[in-house]
Formats: sequence, structure tokens, C-alpha cells
Amino acid sequence: MLTTSVLEETRIQIENTLIKAGVNAVLLIDEAGNIVVACGHKTDNLDTTSLAALAAANFGATSQIAKLIGEDDFALLFHKGKKDSIHVARIGTDLILVTIFGDNVSLGLIRLRVTQLAKSIEKTFGQK
Amino acid sequence: MALINLSKKEIHCKIVYYGPGRCGKTTNLLYIYNAMNNKARGKMLTIETKGERTLFFDLLPLNLGKINGFDIRIQLYTVPGQTIYKATRKLVLRGVDGMVFVADYLKVRHEKNIESLQDLRHNLLEHNLTSGKVPIVLQFNKCDMVPTPIPTLTREELETDLNRELNTKIFEATATKGIGVFETLKEISKRTVQYVATKHLLTKSSG
Repeated sequence: MLTTSVLEETRIQIENTLIKAGVNAVLLIDEAGNIVVACGHKTDNLDTTSLAALAAANFGATSQIAKLIGEDDFALLFHKGKKDSIHVARIGTDLILVTIFGDNVSLGLIRLRVTQLAKSIEKTFGQK
Repeated sequence: MALINLSKKEIHCKIVYYGPGRCGKTTNLLYIYNAMNNKARGKMLTIETKGERTLFFDLLPLNLGKINGFDIRIQLYTVPGQTIYKATRKLVLRGVDGMVFVADYLKVRHEKNIESLQDLRHNLLEHNLTSGKVPIVLQFNKCDMVPTPIPTLTREELETDLNRELNTKIFEATATKGIGVFETLKEISKRTVQYVATKHLLTKSSG
């Protein structure tokens, strides 16, 4: 169950760390593929339902690959496209953060900001 | 796990169609997709192999209207039925709120039906769930095959095989023609929303 205050606080955190850094869209989803928060100027013409379901499934599938090589899980996934790329990172045990960004933003910045954001989102959801 | 968004007043539930390979899970979803109007349905997503077999899952988001001011959004998923895709089925079951077990009337699928139900039980247990906890209904598909010369099972045989322990509601269906498809969906949606509301909303408000 998500309260308005948790969602609003999370949205502000995402806006301040990632959207202001120039990323196109950010989805915070759960492991079952439900969208918790969607931010960014590109979310309107994006099929977010399918994207969330596929991102969660993709994360699950790569976790199985991780187990095959003796790892528990891969904490982040990165898919590079010609113009836009996707960065997917686990937050806590239940949440996944999907960041879609263009070639004007560096992967290093995304990784840094996502790491910072992960901690604050975990804190916000831990307090709910 | 269902997601209840108090800010948007939305309840998201996940219903999974489970069953042996080629029993008609995707056909159920396709019929629902074609029969519903654009406003109530989302885009249908399928990941399939060349032989039209589901490789990962099919997804169909539906909007079922409002209950007590809450928008009910349901996501229908199917799993790949073939035995080798066990890991994928387990993944799709993550966060399930309701299930439809689609069984096949064909006699050649007798063993596969039982095997698939056992696999479902096993996978649910790995998510700390049981078919007693999460709502489930049975659909006996391909009942149009019964009067044909193709060897089929009897309803009694299917019930003994599959419903002895589940003891749930059964729907006879011909998914290709849409017979029984919406009846199944209606019942599982009702049970799922009830289950989610009791589990999350009522316990919270009383606690």
C-alpha cells in the first residue's frame, strides 16, 4: 500500500536527482512489474505498462543468469542504444529503478545519481 | 503483490493464466483483447517463438471500472506452458494476486495437465504462497473437441485429476470461439479484487 506522501516524496527525489540531470524518463517499479512512480517528459508517449513488465521480467531473467555464474543477483543492468539507453537498478529488495536517457547524459553521472537516489528511496519506503 | 496507489486511487492486480503447453492460455487473452473496446484495454504484449508458442509471457492490461472510487486495473499474464520453461513460469508468478488454471480436454494432454498443476503448486510454494491462499479458478478448454472423434477426457476425469484438492469453480470453454472466456475472467477478477481488498485495505483500516 502506497500513501500519497511516500509517492510525492519519491517523485520529488527522482525529479531532483535524475530529471534535473537531463534524463528523459524514470520509472520506479516493483518486482511484479507494477509502476509505482513515473516521471519525465517522455513518459506520455511511452508504453510504460509494457516497459515496466518487461523491465521486471528482464531483471528476473538476468538474476537467473547471475545464479548460473555463482552470483546472487546483478544489481544493475545497462542497455545501450544508438540514441537512447536504459539503466536498470535494484533498490532494496522489492523495487527496481528504470532510467531512460539520451546520449547527452553520461553513464557515469547516471550511476552516481542512481546510487544516491537508491539510498534515499530506500529510506522513504522504509519509513512508510 | 497487488499495488494500491492511494494518490491516484488505483488498485493494480496481477492475474496469471497457467496451464500445460498448447492448452489455450494465449488464445484466452487474444479473445479478451479482440472483444474489449479500446478504452478498457491496454496494448497486448507477447513474447513468442516462431512456432507461436509463448516464450516468456503475454501481458494484457485491462481497466475494469471503479469500486468505491478506486480504479481497478488488472494485468493478465500467461506463462509458457512447456516443461522446460520452469524458471520463466516462476518469474511470471512473482506478485500474483489471482490465477486461472487452463486444462486441456484432449486425452493426450492428460499427464501434462496434472504435471502442470503440480508445477504451479511447487512454484507458488517457492514464493511462499499456496493455491488455498491466492484465488484460483479452473477452465476446461477445448470442450468443442468432445463430440468429435478426437479422443478427449471426460469432465469427471478432469475434475478428479485437478479439482480434488482445489475444490474451486470450473468453467467449460472453447477459447478459440470465446465460449466461457469472459465467464472465467469475470469470476477470477471478482475473487482477485475481493482477495486484494480484504488482504490490504480492510486489514489496514481495521488495524
